[in-house]
Amino acid sequence: MFCSRPPRLKLIALLTLATWLGVGALPAQTPPAAATPPAPPAPTLEQRVAGLEAYVGNGDPSVALKVGPKDKDGNATIPAGLTTPSVGVAGPGHNGFMMICAALVLFMTLPGLALFYGGLVRTKNVLSVMAQCLGIAGLVTIIWWAVGYSLVFGKSFNSGILGGTEFFFLKGVDSAPNTDYAFWVSQNVFSMYQLMFAIITPALIVGAIAERMKFSALLLFVTLWMFVVYIPLAHMVWGVTGLMNGVWNAGAAIKAVDFAGGTVVHMSSGWSALILCVILGPRLGFGKTPMPPHSLVLCMIGTGMLWVGWYGFNAGSAVAADGVAANAFTTTTLATGVACATWAALEYFVRGKASVLGFCSGAVAGLVVVTPACGFITPGSAVPLGVLAGAVPFFACTKLKGMLKYDDALDTFGVHAVGGTLGAFLSGLFATASVNGNLSTNLKDIVGKSLWLEQLKAIGVTLALSIVSTLILALLVKAILGLRPTTEAEQEGLDLTDHGEEGYIYEAKS
Amino acid sequence: MKLIVAIIKPFKLEEVKEALSAAGIEGMTVTEVKGFGRQKGHTEIYRGSEYTVDFLPKVKLEVAVADEMAAKAIDAIGKAARTGKIGDGKIFVVPLEEVVRIRTDERGESAV
Amino acid sequence: MKLIIAIIKPFKLEEVKEALSAAGIEGMTVTEVKGFGRQKGHTEIYRGSEYTVDFLPKVKLEVAVGDELAGKAVDTIVKAAKTGKIGDGKVFVLPLEEVVRIRTDERGESAV
Repeated sequence: MFCSRPPRLKLIALLTLATWLGVGALPAQTPPAAATPPAPPAPTLEQRVAGLEAYVGNGDPSVALKVGPKDKDGNATIPAGLTTPSVGVAGPGHNGFMMICAALVLFMTLPGLALFYGGLVRTKNVLSVMAQCLGIAGLVTIIWWAVGYSLVFGKSFNSGILGGTEFFFLKGVDSAPNTDYAFWVSQNVFSMYQLMFAIITPALIVGAIAERMKFSALLLFVTLWMFVVYIPLAHMVWGVTGLMNGVWNAGAAIKAVDFAGGTVVHMSSGWSALILCVILGPRLGFGKTPMPPHSLVLCMIGTGMLWVGWYGFNAGSAVAADGVAANAFTTTTLATGVACATWAALEYFVRGKASVLGFCSGAVAGLVVVTPACGFITPGSAVPLGVLAGAVPFFACTKLKGMLKYDDALDTFGVHAVGGTLGAFLSGLFATASVNGNLSTNLKDIVGKSLWLEQLKAIGVTLALSIVSTLILALLVKAILGLRPTTEAEQEGLDLTDHGEEGYIYEAKS
Repeated sequence: MKLIVAIIKPFKLEEVKEALSAAGIEGMTVTEVKGFGRQKGHTEIYRGSEYTVDFLPKVKLEVAVADEMAAKAIDAIGKAARTGKIGDGKIFVVPLEEVVRIRTDERGESAV
Repeated sequence: MKLIIAIIKPFKLEEVKEALSAAGIEGMTVTEVKGFGRQKGHTEIYRGSEYTVDFLPKVKLEVAVGDELAGKAVDTIVKAAKTGKIGDGKVFVLPLEEVVRIRTDERGESAV
């Protein structure tokens, strides 16, 4: 793929071009050193119109400019200095859509997930869950700015596992698009959009360890986990040189697809959550004292926010306001609604009542399962996918957890690991190029045929990376800081012992 | 003097209060409490985790009365709070050695 | 008859309830209360304003028993509620003159 030149050079080129053509009386600010390079050719009207038409179709605005001599691969090149005003700038529509989507994905964590999880814990731990979500948002933002974005979306290492160093401290990440990932979206918007994914993923783990992990231990664990699990996995799946990026990397070793993060977000967090919760051990009194959710009202509000925010997550993963995004929006809605109804219907058949937590769980499970598939499947496939999304995590949460007796407090494993794995696999079965033309390039020989095998390989890599890394990192954090608060602190509640605050104060204190 | 402590069904509070008023007994203290007795609780299930809620919401009433009013108060509460179903509650009578009205420092029966 | 009032740590409630059940004592009334004793409170800070919370959440348990069961009930509660740390709470025993079961109007020990 073509990568644009550094923007400052381009600006100089444009200015000199304008001066020589006599368009507008520009002050003589052009450096004298730019003396007498050969005059760049002017774009033809056809080339300029083609650039604009590319905006409408989310295409490459520089295609029509490729009229120069052939390069070593036999492709035409762009003559030096030839450009149009639509090259190297963000398209307002696509850019605006992506800024809204980035805000929507943040909305999923703050306050969506914080309320969803906060409602499910006991009164004395509601703030600890919220503090964990907030703490992760701050911590991951710093990591992302310093090195995270570059290690995922850079390419200077030319590696399938890690990106590069070129965007450390977001150097050069400005409003011009990075055409490796989007022709019309500013790279700074793209990097912020991807940051929101990096925030919500470790925040999902909070659900499995809620009510019994020290705040400091969680932050240390998340820091290490971002480097060892999230960053490499996100590069493998979404980086342009990624090992498992079947759609965009012709040289990918595993030609898998993952539209919005079934492996990167849900499987990685879900399976890591299971390991961490087993190492951590159950909450004090687990199985003996009642630990019902303290507010299903908060939980319901959070679920609604997650569902709404998820449109930014799924439709936004098209990184354009195009037809692929529209399809993802539709499949997301259908799968989620169907899963929501399925979970509640199963509850009704199994125990005679459909519960609010059942509806909420079904909706979240539907969103999780459709995440990797949404941009690749038809609305018709989204319905059976929704049925499975309601049924399989339902049995994981209500039967498997009871059988195996692990204390996955808020069902991160049951919903995200099981749902994410199911979704990654179903993406391979249901993906079709009829809704996403990007499947008819590098993957045209396997879509609809053996893509599910590639998905199984990607599932295997994700599982191995998440499980082994979490095992090591959890034991490491345990050795350095210890994972659990004291028995006294856990009984008193982490709101007071870790944060010195209470979630609910109804009376004035003297 | 006696302290009469009654545990009743919450929806009966208004009736009991009126019955006591009608019997000439005006003051009382009310607390929301949970009771655990012969009345069965219910089961709640959250994603497969089952919780039996044995403690049911009740209202606790505390009324201080002079000795000769005690029987009347017990009858008034009992009659007004009765539905005939399990869970109607209980009345406890505890001897009361002293009562003080804080505003005036009055003591004994005149403070009741 | 005796009215036994116990102030215990909230997380001990379930254990105490089970221990009393095992001892054959079924009914009880539970109230969420605040206690202030030897156990130190804690400090909460909200945007620089500091609050010392001396009153700590406790659970108050009220159990009515026949005289011969009182000793056993007290022992059971103490055993189940004890952690050995400051703040475990206290048990009070009061004489109970009368008990009425509201549903049937039964009186005395048979109503306990």
